[in-house]
Amino acid sequence: MSKLRNLDKTSKRNYFTYLLVTAAFLAVTFMNQGGLLNKKMQGLLVPVCCYIIMALSLNLTVGIMGELSLGHAGFMSLGAFTGVVVSQSLMGAIPNEPLRLCIAILCGAAIAAVGGFLIGLPVLRLRGDYLAIVTLAFGEIIMDIINCLIVGHDEKGIHIIFNFKGDKTVADLNLLEGGTAIIKGAQGAVGTKTIASFTGGFVLILITLFIIINFVRSRSGRAVLAIRDNRIAAESVGVDVMKYKMIAFVISTTLAGAAGALYGLNFTGITAAKFNFNTSILVLVFVVLGGLGNLMGSVIAATVLYILPEALRQFSEYRMLIYAIVLILVMLATNNPKVKNLFMKIIPTRKKGKGD
Amino acid sequence: MEFLSYLISGLSLGSVYAIIALGYTMVYGIAKMLNFAHGDVIMVGGYVSYTAVNMLGVPGWLSVLIAMVVCTVLGIVIEGLAYRPLRAAPSLAVLITAIGVSYFLQNSALLIWGANVKSYPSLISGTLKLFDNRLSISYVSILTVFACIVIMIGLTLFTSKTKMGKAMRACSEDKGAAQLMGINVNRTISVTFAIGSALAAIAGVLLCSSYPTLVPTTGSMPGIKAFTAAVFGGIGSIPGAFLGGLLLGVIESFAKAYISTQLANTIVFAVLIVVLLVRPAGLLGKYVPEKV
Repeated sequence: MSKLRNLDKTSKRNYFTYLLVTAAFLAVTFMNQGGLLNKKMQGLLVPVCCYIIMALSLNLTVGIMGELSLGHAGFMSLGAFTGVVVSQSLMGAIPNEPLRLCIAILCGAAIAAVGGFLIGLPVLRLRGDYLAIVTLAFGEIIMDIINCLIVGHDEKGIHIIFNFKGDKTVADLNLLEGGTAIIKGAQGAVGTKTIASFTGGFVLILITLFIIINFVRSRSGRAVLAIRDNRIAAESVGVDVMKYKMIAFVISTTLAGAAGALYGLNFTGITAAKFNFNTSILVLVFVVLGGLGNLMGSVIAATVLYILPEALRQFSEYRMLIYAIVLILVMLATNNPKVKNLFMKIIPTRKKGKGD
Repeated sequence: MEFLSYLISGLSLGSVYAIIALGYTMVYGIAKMLNFAHGDVIMVGGYVSYTAVNMLGVPGWLSVLIAMVVCTVLGIVIEGLAYRPLRAAPSLAVLITAIGVSYFLQNSALLIWGANVKSYPSLISGTLKLFDNRLSISYVSILTVFACIVIMIGLTLFTSKTKMGKAMRACSEDKGAAQLMGINVNRTISVTFAIGSALAAIAGVLLCSSYPTLVPTTGSMPGIKAFTAAVFGGIGSIPGAFLGGLLLGVIESFAKAYISTQLANTIVFAVLIVVLLVRPAGLLGKYVPEKV
């Protein structure tokens, strides 16, 4: 017990985050078994997990590395479509669903890692708003390219064609009999067997937390923090800026790919347009409202903000309007000294100078 | 001849981008913020003009003025309520607020005008036929390009000759020093937003005249493209936004015509990336080295 008390603040916080996620998972599982969740809520479970992982991974780029990325959904999309293709084509070879899910997530993560590395090469040389706009551009490029993709699977393996001119269809794949089309261009992936599970999502969140928490406390993580706080000082003591930024960025995109694979395998059909600029922004909102660099904040913000619009369904037309107003008010409340002081007076327990 | 007609449609589209980008670049230059709600002000401009023509029956040119007035007021109100309280806040907080404003405008438009696609009546119809009818140019295109050039010259003169313009340049250089010289920084930023929003209204009307479908998300993609154009030309620079907008429009038009319609956006963004790698501050942007 005394050992636990002697832990430093960060460790306590980290263990608390693990604990919170586990407790939430157990609570939701029991509620689900007790029949307390309606169909709609059940449908939200896996997407919430995916968005939590997205928020955590983006927090690594935006909060911990300190660079604004507006194309995070592009990596989710890479992971999603890779995951779907892998899972659908291995359906015969590996009938065990959890195992296939694992393999699909690993492949999705791997492709997103490669994508992250290739995109990171030019992107990470830029700074500030220029970096932001280029990540945005890459997000849109990934979306456009996947929109042109037609993929099918038959006995001979996977067939891929690019429909750049808009004149190709599934028939051009020349699939053998018994083959199926997995991705049909702009229509996206259709007829996917949904194998994603809430347990899978929970495990993936824990793995994500484990990776990020340990990365931040490693030598590379400290280098990344140093670069964020003062790039020039870090450079002058010999920190290889490009290398450490790349490590953080690739980890971030890898995790986004894993989240994407889970997401893709949760729906019978997804389109590339789902992962557009707005999705990147949505995740960014989770990260900023949860607090930059604050992992627990990301988890809570992603959960609440993803479920909130769904819970506001009864106000149907007004819900996004309410969401927008809440967003603006929260930003004003947390960042304007006057409004902040007003809140402090109402809630005197809140410690002064505690992060945003 | 085909080539010429693609070039002209590209220039026309590029002019719309350039007008939006001018607004973006001025706001960025002074407030140092990415105003993501700018694209939605375009949409509001389009809707106001549409309503003025269809419901109130005013002539087209007057509807443009009404749209400009409404958008100017909207721009000043947004700046005053949402952005001004965050002047000292980190830039990400301002960015998220801008996204909030963008959602707010889109959903307000959804509530006011509904989700149905509105077909915008073009300001001027008709086409100019040249070379024995082999080349036809719509009058809207000519008007768009003309408007863009006038606006760009006007803005350049405004920023270099007038007192307010000089105040703007001073603020974009160094806000603190500008304040010490007796410049009212808050008012200058308000005026910048007002001008940017009025330009967005014009862009909205011109955009809808060329592409007559009006929905609450009409402004998003042109907004992003115009932002790209502003970065392309060097954000903060007025001639840069003009050049970036025109180039972007022409590249998009040629990519659609000769390479692939599906990949037009990809090509536009790819060109942006290449330009930023070669010239990190954009085509006409000034590269300011960091001093330690």
